[in-house]
Amino acid sequence: MRRHLRYLAPLLVFAVLVGFLGKGLFLNPSEVPSPLINKPAPAFTLEQLHNPQARFSSQDMLGKVWMLNVWASWCVACRQEHPLLVELARQRIVPIYGLNYKDQRQEAINWLRDLGDPYIISVYDVEGRVGLDFGVYGVPETYVIDKQGIIRYKHIGPISPAALQEKILPLIRELQAS
Amino acid sequence: MLWVALLFALPFSTLANEARPLVDDPVIESRLAALGKQLRCLVCQGQSISESDSEFANDIRREMLRLMKEGRSDKEVIDFLVQRYGDFILFRPPMKATTALLWLGPFLLLIIAGSVLFVTLQRRRRLAAERELSDEEVRRAETLLRDNDDGNKS
Repeated sequence: MRRHLRYLAPLLVFAVLVGFLGKGLFLNPSEVPSPLINKPAPAFTLEQLHNPQARFSSQDMLGKVWMLNVWASWCVACRQEHPLLVELARQRIVPIYGLNYKDQRQEAINWLRDLGDPYIISVYDVEGRVGLDFGVYGVPETYVIDKQGIIRYKHIGPISPAALQEKILPLIRELQAS
Repeated sequence: MLWVALLFALPFSTLANEARPLVDDPVIESRLAALGKQLRCLVCQGQSISESDSEFANDIRREMLRLMKEGRSDKEVIDFLVQRYGDFILFRPPMKATTALLWLGPFLLLIIAGSVLFVTLQRRRRLAAERELSDEEVRRAETLLRDNDDGNKS
């Protein structure tokens, strides 16, 4: 038995190592876990995209479960994600707000006019300062924020229909019920 | 000869999009450069914030500059960024419960390997000391040595 162990032990160690390395192959290194999950969303007040005189404050949303979607007209992946958001907005499951990130106002307005506007309000973050507070580093990004103003979920990159059905919608229902 | 070398070097040096300086204060400039080397550019992960000319790195540098001009210390600047982007923005992960194995693992392996080596050597030495040749073995060894000598002569 001891003899066997002598030969099996390195094999086992090797197998464990291969297991970890193999798992590593399928991780996505560009998806960096956010430290803001389960922390209060950074408070912000910004002017609205369509109406520079009017402001929107994240504090206005306390008591509601809502989605904050970071987007820009220059962002190619946003175009890919957009129909999904338009459809989600049509179903009126959850209010979607847009953070227009480092964009030109007129181009952003035209983009929404052409592709449809799923957002109740889009705010205009021309310098990306609010984006920085949220730890945005790639667009699109989507945050689910609960009634207490706590970030419960962050999605990096375009939302896939699978992620929406399997993760985001169940989470939103759960948060709305609580 | 030199100009040929220059001819080849020049296009590459202009191709590499290196960080543009954005400060005139030399103290802040050097702090920014030193700190930027410890920070990972999240969109171009092989590069540091100092090396990259990506939009992301430029934003982070601008923000660091703003904080430094407000008089914040290096540690405060780092904390500000870690709060937003997580430990991953640091090239050197901090020592925590979740990273303890990462930091201590090599030393742990060294200790384990060292003890295995020590025990093995001890055992081998004991074996060598204990074991003496029997008469039969001594005879066989002598025969072999003699045969070998004969072989060499012929």
